[in-house]
Amino acid sequence: MKTVFKRTPSLKDTQTHYCPGCGHGLAHRLLAEAIDELGIHDRTIGIAPVGCAVLAYDYLDVDMIEVAHGRAPAVATGMKRTNPDKIIFSYQGDGDLAAIGTAEIIHAAHRAEQITVIFINNAVFGMTGGQMAPTTLLGQVTTTTPQGRQSNGQGFPLQISELLAILPGAIYVERCSVYNPAQISNTKKAIKHAFELQMNGAKGLSLVEVLSPCPTYWHMSPARSMEWIEKEMTKVFPLGKLKDIA
Amino acid sequence: MCGNEALSEAAIIAGLDAYFGYPITPQNEITAYMSRRMPEQGKVFVQSESELAAINMVFGASATGKRSMTTSSSPGISLMQEGISYLAGAELPAVVVNVMRGGPGLGNISPSQGDYFQATRGGGHGDYKTIVIAPSSVQELADSMSRAFDLADIYRMTVLILADGILGQMMEPVVLDKKPKPPLPAKDWALTGAKQRPQNIVRSLWLKDGALEKLNYKLQEKYRQVQKNETRCEQYMVDDADIVIVAYGIVARIAISAVNKARQEGIKAGLIRPITLWPFPTEQIDKASEELRIFLVVEMSCGQMVDDVKLAIAGKSPVVFHGRPGGGVPSVDEILEKIRQLTVRNSV
Amino acid sequence: MQDANNNFYEEILIAGFGGQGILLAGKLLAQAAMKTGHEVTCMPSYGAEVRGGTANCMLVMSNQPIASPMVVSCNSLIAMNKASLDKFAPCIKSAGLLIMNSSLIDEMPKLDKSIEILAVPADEIAVELGNQKVANMVVLGAYLQRRGVISPDAAAACMEDVIAKHHHRTVPINTQAIHKGAEFART
Repeated sequence: MKTVFKRTPSLKDTQTHYCPGCGHGLAHRLLAEAIDELGIHDRTIGIAPVGCAVLAYDYLDVDMIEVAHGRAPAVATGMKRTNPDKIIFSYQGDGDLAAIGTAEIIHAAHRAEQITVIFINNAVFGMTGGQMAPTTLLGQVTTTTPQGRQSNGQGFPLQISELLAILPGAIYVERCSVYNPAQISNTKKAIKHAFELQMNGAKGLSLVEVLSPCPTYWHMSPARSMEWIEKEMTKVFPLGKLKDIA
Repeated sequence: MCGNEALSEAAIIAGLDAYFGYPITPQNEITAYMSRRMPEQGKVFVQSESELAAINMVFGASATGKRSMTTSSSPGISLMQEGISYLAGAELPAVVVNVMRGGPGLGNISPSQGDYFQATRGGGHGDYKTIVIAPSSVQELADSMSRAFDLADIYRMTVLILADGILGQMMEPVVLDKKPKPPLPAKDWALTGAKQRPQNIVRSLWLKDGALEKLNYKLQEKYRQVQKNETRCEQYMVDDADIVIVAYGIVARIAISAVNKARQEGIKAGLIRPITLWPFPTEQIDKASEELRIFLVVEMSCGQMVDDVKLAIAGKSPVVFHGRPGGGVPSVDEILEKIRQLTVRNSV
Repeated sequence: MQDANNNFYEEILIAGFGGQGILLAGKLLAQAAMKTGHEVTCMPSYGAEVRGGTANCMLVMSNQPIASPMVVSCNSLIAMNKASLDKFAPCIKSAGLLIMNSSLIDEMPKLDKSIEILAVPADEIAVELGNQKVANMVVLGAYLQRRGVISPDAAAACMEDVIAKHHHRTVPINTQAIHKGAEFART
């Protein structure tokens, strides 16, 4: 029998705690594959956020730290500045990065920190039970927007990648998704590109935003969730390279 | 050298790899000094966007095994409490300097000791402690730095240097100790890349049944070791004293002048100066209270350390408090007058 | 300031408004005291008040270890303007010394007879030297001459230690000012 697919070494052989159809598992795999394909396992340090991916170190077999909500870019700054030879990435959700950690991500980018940020945008707070995130779409029903998000009073979906892309210190910003195989493979390409920039000592922050499904708190089937990303989310969060200095 | 500069240079001599800070008076000399000296040494200086970020930069650098520190003053230290709690949970070493100013709120920039409770009770959420060192001279402030880094590494916890606006700003002659120190155990827990070893994880989240309880018992055992080995205090003319002042930091220095003056007047006064505020010299104060004497606690606050003194003495001797809050500094004569009043009343 | 056992303990207050170089004068005195083998503490007022507001500097010099660095009453007051004189004159101990900048203080204060008063037209002397800013060094020179604990030469020798490198071109005029002040106090 011929092996056509196998688990990459930086991904642990373990049972998942993520919900059926969740995008984190996919993102973890792409990240682990990128690390192994680039041969940087031995010098990579990852930062897990507060959110569903807080236990990312249970899946990713590299040195990892778990940090306070939103503070990953500051922690990454401390790591990278004192260890310029290491590859540092943070893995953050939309609550972590776009709500409580807005100051940290903007200032890490603004200081041109040479780190890589994987930003998982699923338009909702997952771990705490499906509350509104800054990235929640207008009209989307969440635990804290029972009538659907209204711009008047609850604000508009926050396009953080667009915000970051205007900063000179952000050298690569791309929004990807995982709603079909082509997008999945493109996401991996983007993650690899971001790491390569860091490996080459490019002077700035690289960020890959991944539009990712949360069937549980979108109250949809996994298949329907993928469709919703393609049809609804990408209208507000268009896919593509927002910036690439390479 | 002013206290702020002296502690900065001493930290560099102690092997500081990275300094992260945000400007706030009265400790701005530190960020300015570090911004010049750290790059000269090929070391890291980052002016962060907030104290919240600064303490998390320390968290990151420390997790990779590097010596790092941040400094601030009271309002900034409040912001850092989140990070200090995480440092405790993750058992990471760190050195934090608080050059205290008057509070609450924005308060003022005058010297204060209003952060005693915050410093000695952990400060942030959860069941944890930080080692708190309270120097009383610029020399001692400088000397505390290398000890702070060593203690932080040995016990894998935060060491807080509790100074105040006077200590930070005042200038005194200082001799910087450049003697090399014996090496400490290797940091095999540090995140350095999982090369030919299993993955290292630094974390403070423990969800499995009983796991967090276990961590807490482990922390408490560590804190007991610190209490046993690292408690420090200075005693000045306590043996025959009828009245013992308990004061720390700059106030202890003012109090020594008052003790000297009282002695000249024939009043047997003495001083106990806690050097570590946590662990608190409970035993030493308890022992001093075995003979009946008056204890006068003097602080630049409305009375915080006095609680610890009362706990140590447990009713065996009377404890009187004298304090000045909100940036007021007790004078020598003010303390002397208090000594006179208390000893007269006692002898009647 | 000196007792029967030859121990001395000199508490000094230097006060004026921000920009008059109060802190620099204090730093120079502290540095000179340290270099000449004395114990010394120097505590400046700090913070927002350094620009334009009142500024002061507390120094303690002794041949014994110094406990409190805080100066509440002083042996010597150097007052650079009227407001500081009014504020701190009551702090001068009996038999103390007042050096006042008579360029900015037009009336003599009413003080205890035991207090020696030396009025120095510091701004005028400084202007004659070519820079009004060195008035601080003029009064300091007068103080050093009159007090006799540290010589004006010893203080002048520390000038480069306390003036920032990029201002080192002002070392000569600051040094001259010290000597002018000392000369004034001699006559």
